[in-house]
Amino acid sequence: MRGLRRDRCPLPGPVTGLTVPLSDLEMIGSNRSGRLTGESVTDPSWDQQNTDGPAIARALRLVPGGAFAVVRIVVCVKQVPDSWAEKKLNPADNTLDRDAADAVVNELDEFAVEEALQIQERLGGPDDCQVTVLTVGPEKAIESVRKGLQMGAGDGVHVVDDAIHGSDALATSAILAAAIERLAPDLVLMGSESTDARMSVVPAMVAERTGRPQLTFAGKVDIADGTVTVQRVTDYGYDVVEAPLPALVSVVEKINEPRYPSFKGIMAAKKKPVETLTLADLGVEPAVVGLSGSWSAVQEFAARPPRAAGTVVTDEGDGGTKAADFLSAQKFI
Amino acid sequence: MALTVSREFTDPSAAELLPTVRQMCDDLLAPRAAAAEEAGEFPREVFRTLGAAGLLSLPFPEEHGGGGLPLHDYLQVIEELASAWASVGLGVSVHTLACFPLAIFGSAEQQQRWLPAMLGGELLGAYCLSEADAGSDAAALTTRAERTQGGYRVSGVKSWISHGGVADFYVAMVRTSDDGPKGISCLLLDADSPGLSARPPERKLGFSASPTAQMVFDDVPADGDRLIGQEGSGFGIALAALDGGRLGMAACAVGIAQAALDLAVRYAHERHQFGRAIADFQGLSFLLADMATQVAAARALYLTAARKRDRGEPFGVEAAMAKLFATDMAMRVTTDAVQVLGGAGYVKDYPAERYFREAKALQIVEGTNQIQRVVIGRGLRPS
Repeated sequence: MRGLRRDRCPLPGPVTGLTVPLSDLEMIGSNRSGRLTGESVTDPSWDQQNTDGPAIARALRLVPGGAFAVVRIVVCVKQVPDSWAEKKLNPADNTLDRDAADAVVNELDEFAVEEALQIQERLGGPDDCQVTVLTVGPEKAIESVRKGLQMGAGDGVHVVDDAIHGSDALATSAILAAAIERLAPDLVLMGSESTDARMSVVPAMVAERTGRPQLTFAGKVDIADGTVTVQRVTDYGYDVVEAPLPALVSVVEKINEPRYPSFKGIMAAKKKPVETLTLADLGVEPAVVGLSGSWSAVQEFAARPPRAAGTVVTDEGDGGTKAADFLSAQKFI
Repeated sequence: MALTVSREFTDPSAAELLPTVRQMCDDLLAPRAAAAEEAGEFPREVFRTLGAAGLLSLPFPEEHGGGGLPLHDYLQVIEELASAWASVGLGVSVHTLACFPLAIFGSAEQQQRWLPAMLGGELLGAYCLSEADAGSDAAALTTRAERTQGGYRVSGVKSWISHGGVADFYVAMVRTSDDGPKGISCLLLDADSPGLSARPPERKLGFSASPTAQMVFDDVPADGDRLIGQEGSGFGIALAALDGGRLGMAACAVGIAQAALDLAVRYAHERHQFGRAIADFQGLSFLLADMATQVAAARALYLTAARKRDRGEPFGVEAAMAKLFATDMAMRVTTDAVQVLGGAGYVKDYPAERYFREAKALQIVEGTNQIQRVVIGRGLRPS
């Protein structure tokens, strides 16, 4: 593995990685513009925090010596259909049929929870580092918060509102961003993609909306002296990227081995607080989320066709060549 | 393959634990079982993971770091683990057996000193009762603990010790006087005690990933506070521990049989002969029906015995019945599962033959099924 050290990136703004420029996002589903500036969020704290709020918050928590008094981490988790189950869409509104398969925590999000807990352990425990699990989803999605609490997170936030149903990535990111602004953590951790939608854009969108540097595809995360440093996994190895807190980091599966909830953790989780928030609580207008507020829409869908019969290549001494030709034709080699 | 058994628990907390147990079975146990059994590799790290999740202490009091679950609920966790990997289900049961004497008969001081570590998940225990010439007649054991100033020195050889050589502590039944069963005492020893060593593991028909070895006690020193209970009370402790252990074996047997049943049902619906799934032939579906019924009956029997124990009632006879019925059932059901799979059942590409080999061991361990009948027979008296 070849390491590449990058100089500290200019801030504020995205550091690097899966940077989806605002202009591209605006093109995803519509030619309307101006949706990503936060105008849809009416929480009065939004404007302040979106400009210099994070810097003020950071300064307030600075103690002599420059260290944070308490590091606060929010981990975003998503409840998804079991990764191995066949997924179905609901023909009525072309959204995910959540009853068609068992619901589980998105796998990569468990890595994000684990990383938060490991950071917490390194920083000295719950008194020095608070870990909050955040999800946006229907009633049942609280199970994914509960799983994070069972693993060891301290508290949870569940944003649930009928108007959220059918939200696309952009709309979801607006809700997440509003919740994160309210919680004002030092670090936001996310899985780098979900196993259902697999767009891998929400971390970038939330970072953009909250004015945080984004450090994506992290294979290692360290926090020290108000700075987060990650190894950003690339095709050729990794880049070292750092940014001042507050920041947003999305993780990949190589970062750790998520723990199983312990029996004691399961018991303790029952007593941990989970705050339930509506769109109104967050000051998010229902019109900008849900099916109607989303910029992308599923027009139609079709079941995957049955797998076609494969091609049988008989090895007549030239099997290797034929295999190479096939791979070459498919641009695998 | 995850069990689809619908479960009822006494303690609602156990129901909340079940998804984690099943996730471990699917991710951690089932995918590794076949290769590790073939290679004869003890999965020590799997037990550490189970321990970190609290699964090595479920039936013990919370004040000592246990899970505080009733036996009824703990045993169903054993069954789930055994269905994914029998050596692991058996290993958890053996560890419980090894912790039992201290947890029940130890003094408060002894419990405070050792039990938290034994239940903490990092350590694994072994239970030493049998000897070459003291199997079913366990009271004939000859491993001697000679009294010394401040303690004992132990000499002898223990046989058929599960986790022998890999355990961190050994609970050993030793002779402190020649007074037959009343001359037996229970000692708790660290694995690194001088003079304590394991002979090479036995080469077994099944359970190859769970080491079984003779343990050699060569003048092993033990401080006096290593004595659990009173001098001479060891045989009673051993038998009490085995009552619970037998239910652990019953739960393992049901887990193995359930896994064999699941495999046979799946295969019978996939395998087509004469133009239809073999499950559609009545001769085969009746075989599957009998297998399923026997598994359900054995499960009900061990759970009934466990509830009796959880109510604080004597349950030795019921435990013996459950062990006898469940392990004989597992032998029949795994034999039939091999038959359902035909040639595929006899080769190692499918786990049917492994279930069959594992079931055989359970008819022998923790009291042969003949001894279970002795226990049950003695319990039958005119009322």
